[in-house]
Parts: sequence; C-alpha cells; structure tokens
Amino acid sequence: MEIERHDYDVVVIGAGGAGLRAAIEARQQGKRTAIVCKSLFGKAHTVMAEGGAAAAMGNVNSDDNWMVHFRDTMRGGKFLNNWRMAELHAKEAPDRVWELEAWGALFDRTKDGKISQRNFGGHEYPRLAHVGDRTGLELIRTLQQRVVALQQEDYETHGDYEAYIKVFAECTVTRLLKDGDAISGAFGYWRETGNLIVFDAPTVVLATGGIGKSYVVTSNSWEYTGDGHALALLAGAKLINMEFIQFHPTGMVWPPSVRGILVTESVRGDGGVLRNSEGKRFMFDYIPEVFKDKYATSEEEADRWYTDQANNRRPPELLPRDEVARAINSEVKAGRGSPQGGVFLDVSTRLPAEEIKRRLPSMHHQFKELADVDITTEPMQVGPTCHYIMGGVEVDADTGAAAVPGLFAAGEVSGGMHGSNRLGGNSLSDLLVFGRRAGLGASDYINGLKVRPKVSEASVESARKEALAPLERTGENPYEVHQELQRSMNDLVGIIRKAGEISEALEVIEKLKERVQLVGAAGNRIYNPGWHLALDLRNMLLVSECVAKAALLREESRGGHTRDDFPVMAADWRRKLLVCSTTDGSGVTVVEQAQPEMRQDLFDLFDRGELKKYLTEEEMDR
Amino acid sequence: MTQTTPESPVRRQRAQVTVRTLRTDRWWLQPLLTFLGLASFLVYSFWAIFNNDYFVDPYIAPFSSPCLAESCPEGARFLGFAPFGDWYALPPALLILAFPAGFRFTCYYYRKSYYRSFWLSPAACAVQEPHGKYTGETRFPLILQNLHRYFFYAAIAVGAILTYDAILALIHKPAGLGTYILLANAVLIWCYTLGCHSCRSITGGRLNHFSRHPVRYKMWQLVSKLNAKHQPFAWASMFSVMIADFYVRLVAMGVISFSFA
Amino acid sequence: MSYKAKFRVWRGEGGEGKLEDFTVEVNEGEVVLDIIHRLQATQAPDLAVRWNCKAGKCGSCSMEINGKPRLGCMTRMSTFTEEEVITVTPMRTFPVIKDLVCDVSFNYQKAREVPSFTPPKDVRPGEYRMKQVDVERSQEFRKCIECFMCNNVCHVIRDHEENKAAFSGPRFLMRIAELDMHPYDVADRQVSAQEDHGLGYCNITKCCTEVCPEHIKITDNALIPMKERVVDRKYDPLVWLGNKIFKRSSS
Repeated sequence: MEIERHDYDVVVIGAGGAGLRAAIEARQQGKRTAIVCKSLFGKAHTVMAEGGAAAAMGNVNSDDNWMVHFRDTMRGGKFLNNWRMAELHAKEAPDRVWELEAWGALFDRTKDGKISQRNFGGHEYPRLAHVGDRTGLELIRTLQQRVVALQQEDYETHGDYEAYIKVFAECTVTRLLKDGDAISGAFGYWRETGNLIVFDAPTVVLATGGIGKSYVVTSNSWEYTGDGHALALLAGAKLINMEFIQFHPTGMVWPPSVRGILVTESVRGDGGVLRNSEGKRFMFDYIPEVFKDKYATSEEEADRWYTDQANNRRPPELLPRDEVARAINSEVKAGRGSPQGGVFLDVSTRLPAEEIKRRLPSMHHQFKELADVDITTEPMQVGPTCHYIMGGVEVDADTGAAAVPGLFAAGEVSGGMHGSNRLGGNSLSDLLVFGRRAGLGASDYINGLKVRPKVSEASVESARKEALAPLERTGENPYEVHQELQRSMNDLVGIIRKAGEISEALEVIEKLKERVQLVGAAGNRIYNPGWHLALDLRNMLLVSECVAKAALLREESRGGHTRDDFPVMAADWRRKLLVCSTTDGSGVTVVEQAQPEMRQDLFDLFDRGELKKYLTEEEMDR
Repeated sequence: MTQTTPESPVRRQRAQVTVRTLRTDRWWLQPLLTFLGLASFLVYSFWAIFNNDYFVDPYIAPFSSPCLAESCPEGARFLGFAPFGDWYALPPALLILAFPAGFRFTCYYYRKSYYRSFWLSPAACAVQEPHGKYTGETRFPLILQNLHRYFFYAAIAVGAILTYDAILALIHKPAGLGTYILLANAVLIWCYTLGCHSCRSITGGRLNHFSRHPVRYKMWQLVSKLNAKHQPFAWASMFSVMIADFYVRLVAMGVISFSFA
Repeated sequence: MSYKAKFRVWRGEGGEGKLEDFTVEVNEGEVVLDIIHRLQATQAPDLAVRWNCKAGKCGSCSMEINGKPRLGCMTRMSTFTEEEVITVTPMRTFPVIKDLVCDVSFNYQKAREVPSFTPPKDVRPGEYRMKQVDVERSQEFRKCIECFMCNNVCHVIRDHEENKAAFSGPRFLMRIAELDMHPYDVADRQVSAQEDHGLGYCNITKCCTEVCPEHIKITDNALIPMKERVVDRKYDPLVWLGNKIFKRSSS
C-alpha cells in the first residue's frame, strides 16, 4: 500500500499545552509546522489540569517574584532539579501567562482587574493563575484557538488555512526516522484508516506527556503510554530521573471505574482538610523535618492561615504532593482509612455550599455525576493516584534540544525541570515556557542547518513492518498483557518501593516483552483499538523498564521515589542523575551521571541553613 | 481522515438508522401536555373574547381590559376613555388582544413550546422532525419574531393596566376574593413580563462592560433571576390570567354570588 | 452486585452497519463507557469508540445512549434497570467512520470560520484589566468541552443535512457570543452571526441546552442574547435611529 508523505520543517508530536505552544512558536518563526496527535484536536490531557498555572506575577501578594518561585520549585524538587530550567521557568512564566490573555484566555480576576492567583501546595505566595478549577481546559482552548488564528492569518495571505500549520489528528507516530545521527522525519499511522504516513522533517518536537497508563490507578488518560519517552530512547536520546513518579495524593477511590481520577489540590488550597476514619486531621503528624518551620503545628493556626497568611504558617494539608501522598498511604495501611480504602477529604464543613459550588464547580459536578456524592454536604474519599512523571528526555534547558540533533522535547516528556517532585501549578507554566523554547530551539536549529537530512527507504520499510506486525498475528489479546503490566507496576514499583519487589517487576517485564512479540490484533486496520494498544505496549514496556531499573538503583527516598529499604534522603544521591538509554530497543541500561552544580548567584538565593539539609558538606564549602 | 479539514466527503455518510428516534422514554408526553395546555388557552380565549360579561364593579376581566369602546359600561372604561365610538360593534377585547397575544406569541419561551408541540420541529430532542425543509426564523413570516421587543414595550403597558385594575379593586371596600385573584395575577404577569429575554437584553445584556454601568448591571441581575424562571412564570401567568378572567365573568354572570366574591 | 446487561451496539463502517446484540457483565458504580471497554476486552477487540479522560472533561466519548446524546463516561449504569436493553449508537448528525466513532471535522471547519479574538492593537500582554463581572458571561461559555453534542442534537442540521453549509451550530454561535461579550474584543460579530453563521435558523427549542454535559445555558445565555444583539443591529429601527442621532457605538 502507498504510504502518504508530507514535508514539514517542524513536526510536533502531541497537541497538549507544550505541543501547541511549540507549534505556535515554530509557525511564528515562519516554519512549516505539523502537529500530530493521537486524539482529536483540543482533547489533550492538559484539559485535566485543574488548579492553575504558577507564575510569579505578584498580583495578589506583591512580595512574590521569580526568585521566590525559583526557591519554591527547587525546594519542592528536593534540589534535584535542573537549576537552569527552574530559573528560566520562574523568570518567564508570567510573560507566558499574559500572552495567553492576549490570545483570548479569560482567567479569574482580582478586584483591581488583574489575573487572580490562588494558593497551592509548596508555593509560598498565592501564585496560580486559574479559571475556577478548569484551568487546563482554558489553556488548551486558548492555544487551540491561537493555532486557528494563525491559520486564519495564513488563509488571508496564502489562501490556504493549512499553508503553514496543519493538525494531523488521530494520528500516531511509531518511529522517529534518522539520517546518520540527525533526525530526518517520523513514521506513523492514521488511527482512523490504518493508513501509514511519513513526515520528512529535519526537526521533531516531542510533547507527548507522561506514562501513567503503565499503572492501574492513574489520573492519566489512555494516551499516556510513554510514546515520546520511548521514541526518544529508540532514536538514541537519553532519559533522566525516570524513577521519580508523582502520585497525586487525592484521586477518587470510588466507584471502581473512575478510581484514580483527580480531585484537585485546590480543594485543600481553599480550605479542605484531610481526616482519617477516627476524624483526626492527621497531616499534623506527618510534617517532615525539612519543613518544620514552614507549616502550622496546630489546627487553630492552620485555620487562621486561610484569612491571615502573613502571620500564620500554612496548614500541613498543603505540604508538597509526595509528602501528602505518603501520609495518606500510611494512614490507610495503619487501618485508619475510609470504607472504600482512602481517607476523607472534607470541604463541606469548611465552606458554605454556595462558595464550594462557585470555587470548585467541576469537582462538585464530578462527584455528583460519577460517585453520586454531594461535596457540599459530605466528605469525599480520596487516595493516591499515579499522576505525573518528573523524569523524561534529557534536554538542553535553553532550547529543549535532546542529545539527538534535530530532536526536541517539552512538557512532561522532558526531564529535569521538576527534580524529584513537581509542585502543583508548575506543570502548566512548564508547558508554556518550555513549549515556546522548544519551538524556538527547533527553528534556530533549522536556520543553522546546511543540508536537510533525508529519510531512508530502509528505515521506512522497517518501521512499516513493525507497525503492521500485530495485524498479521493471531496471538494473545493485547488487553491482557496491558492489564498485567499495569498491575505489576502498581503493586511492585508504586508509591512505596522495595528492592525485592522492583526486581520482581523487572522479571515480569522481561516476560511481558516476550509476550508482546506474540500479541495479535483481530480485525482490520480501520479504527482498530486492539491494534493500537498492541503498538503502544512496546512503549509502555520500555518506559516501565526504565522506571523500575532506575528505582532499583537509587538507594534513597526523595520526592517521587520512596524506598522502604532506604527511607532517608541522602545528600550524596542528590548529586547523581540516573540516565537511561537503549541500543536496539530490546533492553534498557541505566547509568549514573553527575548533576551539574548550581550557578553561584542562584546558590546565594538560599539560606545556607536550608541548603545544609540537602547538600553535602563538600558542596557547602564554596 | 479525522483532520481539521475533511477529505473525501463522498465516502462519508451518517449511520443509517432508519427509525425516527431510538429514545425509549416517554418523550412524547411533554409536547402533548404543552399542546393541551396551549390549546386550552386558545379555546378559552376564543370564548372569552365573545363573552360580554366582563365587568362587575369593581372587577374587570383581564382579557377585556383596558376597555376602550363606547359599548363598555361606564365603570369599565379605562380612565373613563372610550376612543372607539358607536361605529365599533365588535367585542372590545379584540381591540387590545393583539398586544398580550403578540407578546406571548413572539416570546422566546412560547416559541420553543409551540415549535415543539404544534409544529413538531422538533417534538423532542433527538426525535426526527416530520418536515422535509427547514429555514427557521431566517425569512418571512418567522423573521418577524425579531419584533418581540416591541411587544415587550406594549406588555409593560398591559402589566400596568392590570395592576391599575387590581388596585382599583383593592381600594373598593370591602375587598372581595376577586381582588386578591386580580392582584395575584398582576404579580405573576409582572414576573413573566420583566423576565422577558428582550428585557434582559435591554436592561444590560447588550453591554460588554457591566462594571461601568453598576445600576444597569443590578437591573440585569434582577431580570436574569426572573428570566431563569421564565418558563414557570409563562405558564403560571397564563393560567392566572385565565383563572382571573373566568372568575370575574362568573361573578358578572352571577354564577358566583357569595358575599366576599 | 454484578449482573448481565443486554446491550445493542451500532457496528459498521462508513454509515453501513447494524445494531449488534451483546450480553455483558456490569458491576456496581460503572458507566456505559466501562461496558463498551469490557466489550472491547472480552468480545469485540476491534469495537471502535473514541474516549480520553473518562471524567467528563475532554468531550471525546459523545454517543447516543437509548437515543439520547450523552457522554459515555458520565452515564451511570445505575440509571438503567437491569432488564433494560441499552442501545448505543454513534452521533447521528455526523458521518460515521466506524462503530461509535464519527467524523466530526464539520465542527473544526466551522470553528475556523469564526474570526479569532481581536483585541485593540494598542493593548500589550500584561496590560489587560478586566473585572470579574465583565468576564463571567464569556467564562461560562468557555466551560465548553467541545463534545459537539449540541451540534449533534440540533435539528437544524440533524434533520437537514442541507443546512450544514449555512449553519454553524450552537457550539460556534456560542463561541461568537463569547467573543462578542468579551470586554476587549473589537471585531464586529453581530451581523455576521446572522448572515454567515445562520443564527436565524435557531428556533430556540433548547435541545442544545438539554444535552450540554457542562450544563451551560447555551440558549438562554448565548443564543438568545446574541439574537437580541442582532435585532439591535438589523431589525430595530429605534436603536438604529438612536445610534444615528447620538452617534453611539454599539455598546
């Protein structure tokens, strides 16, 4: 069968916040841009983000600035962050948010008409630009509409909406193509028809999001199969920090079919409290040493904070996500959980019903429709859910460039920015800041390119064979392999990890790798979900192997990586990154790599007493 | 391809479901009840127009108020006026009927209800309509629906007159049951009239900066509250006007004759 | 708490197809989309359904359940009796690709025909000052998750394919209202709402509002106010005269 071919300057894979922002930038730089996404245009997982986009605009508290934001980010990531990324992020986030407003976004307002900002876990000041609790939707819609606006401009000048930017919706990329070392294009298939497609392009921007579908309990949608992570690995790029997975502390636990779906952190930011089955606000028992002086120690002080933030310390419900997730996990394990295996998150006794409906409309809606629970009169039941992977493609902070020439990555699929744990709200701003930078990076790369890399027919042929293979087999149902992988990762490389269990998971993965070679997809090529899943399994297994291997090596507990057998955070480990790579895709190797040292002026932004908690003595001696 | 531009429209067709609807609920009940409700109103109105027992001091039947012909009894005439002389032989109700009827006919809620229940366009959501062609309100005569706001202005006058009638009855001592019926009707008529979508637009809806017009914004908020209940008020005021009208006529005919009538 | 439910699901490609019967297990707390997924996993691995977030936030899994447009992920099985046969079909207004998956490109095409947000040239990013009361109306419309069920249920195009060219559907008429009410938008949208996007076709029968999973009051808050704004411009001689005399701008 004839393979459809397209020529572009930049191919952006993924149409979430990062992908769209990258595409917009590439098009604004005059590059012909393709956006390739697995879902329909505008359905990306970014819509699930609820809380807001963190940006130190200082609209609510004028003491806020990029330096405070930078400090919060590093602190939240337990100083494992790529400091340059954290710096760029803190500095540029306000501009990225304001830009959205000029493209039509309508954020909630302060009294004087500026963008309102809300409190969130780990952020010292109210910092999250938001629209109720549907900020992600606002962001994706604004970027989507910006793409349309650019298409309308192109229609005016060229008579063709798609002259410079085109969306290939419901199209999956299965391989990146290379010419020597450099990227020369991408290979994929249309989900709808099963027809194959090749992009000839010197640059690819990965913006595929995360890997949550390797876990049973996850807030992520079906798209989150780690495609970008795997594509990068297979193209010769490196992944870092793959052991760090954020389990969001509050996911729904009932009914079973929606288990894992997110309950926004704003519930706690707006006054919601966590209680165990004994009715106790247990978070006071879980304030770690490093945060002791920043969080309230009594309920009275915590409650005063909501109205007077200057003179009181914040409630421990607003500790970084990893701390809260672990606390809930411990309470449930100790037998103090709620009937359906979570803990109680109560906002009904804290705010008037009208206020709850106004501030948390989509949470009210979600619980009413999915669980038949009215959150204005009764508590919710919540528990940890796999939410976000801090790890990802190792990129250059300024340009988003990966180790492979022509390959760029932004958003969740890139690694480093968030260190070992991401703060809520830093994800949406991350998408915007680094999406733009990756689009710019790709444009600059093209401008400096002397010869355009070529797609080799041999690479297209091998990608074609690989893509069609499951259709030619009549083996096992891919759903069974997927379920087994999800269960194993959930149980063995979940929120609390042990060496023995991780090794067990690695054994399972090895076996599943063999089974994947045999899975078959019944039916034809037209919109065949079984076939699609069979192809996604390769990616999920590769990525799961990275997660498990890195988790086994890192013998400490830090952020999104908690080892039962190594419960403390070790300053020595902070200086090491674990880097995954593969030669032929059959297996993953993980090696240690030194973490670059922080620039002196950034180092000086911190109190030495605080740094001492994280850094080795050797590092402090400078 | 599911692109943002469709490619081969020829190949494309909808699911060839042959039945009119796959709904399994009693979707026909709502339009049927609406049909019966509206039809009963039409039948009653027709009767009331030609019924001459519309005045009994101090009550005047709402369908015949204001009474503007010389044929009206002295006390029934609006502020004593009778601009239509002897030559006018038709029922006086016909003179003013066009205003409230037009208001209700072009009302956004009533439009919905009769498009659904009389014209079946559509009878209920996701139920195929029986017409081969549809142009909506884009051309004559339905384009005239856009004149709704003029009927709204007239409806304010109607509301004022009905209120005046009720007050006239109220100052008449001793006040009978009819007074309270007329009063309740006037209140419901106002709730319906002021909740009108045109009113909502006129008071503030057409503004883009509420914050620069605090008074109009307040008005818009009030109207919006009533507007949210436009459907219940439409029905309540329709029945109240019918009941009030019928009551007055019964009293006038002497069918009702207890002491506090 | 589990039982066997009877499902009838539309199967077929490109419009040709038929309702196929299935008997499938249902557990407590499940939604229709779960059952469709169970069919995929156990009986029909190639059954096509579009879905994404499973929490009513992305608007992908629009389908018709017992003839009513619904999101599969937000339709709880507990709303049906155990004996009931549940019929699941693709959206009727759009061409079918396969099974429950429709080609919804009509909507993207219409989206593109609505001129984008047009701020005044002299306002730079960061300088926008808007009061909450001034953005609230448009914010309601921006809750839209683009499930396209309003466009699907609207009889103007559901029952009259030929109207598709002239009518943008509730979703995009609401988008026009959103922009027209935006405090900083300077584009003239009212006349074009009527003439280019077919607002006059709307006979306000409110099915769009009835099916909206976000409970947006599409008809009362977007379409009717927009119709009234069109009246201001096109059909109201008094407003026209007033504008002539007092040289007022439209708001």
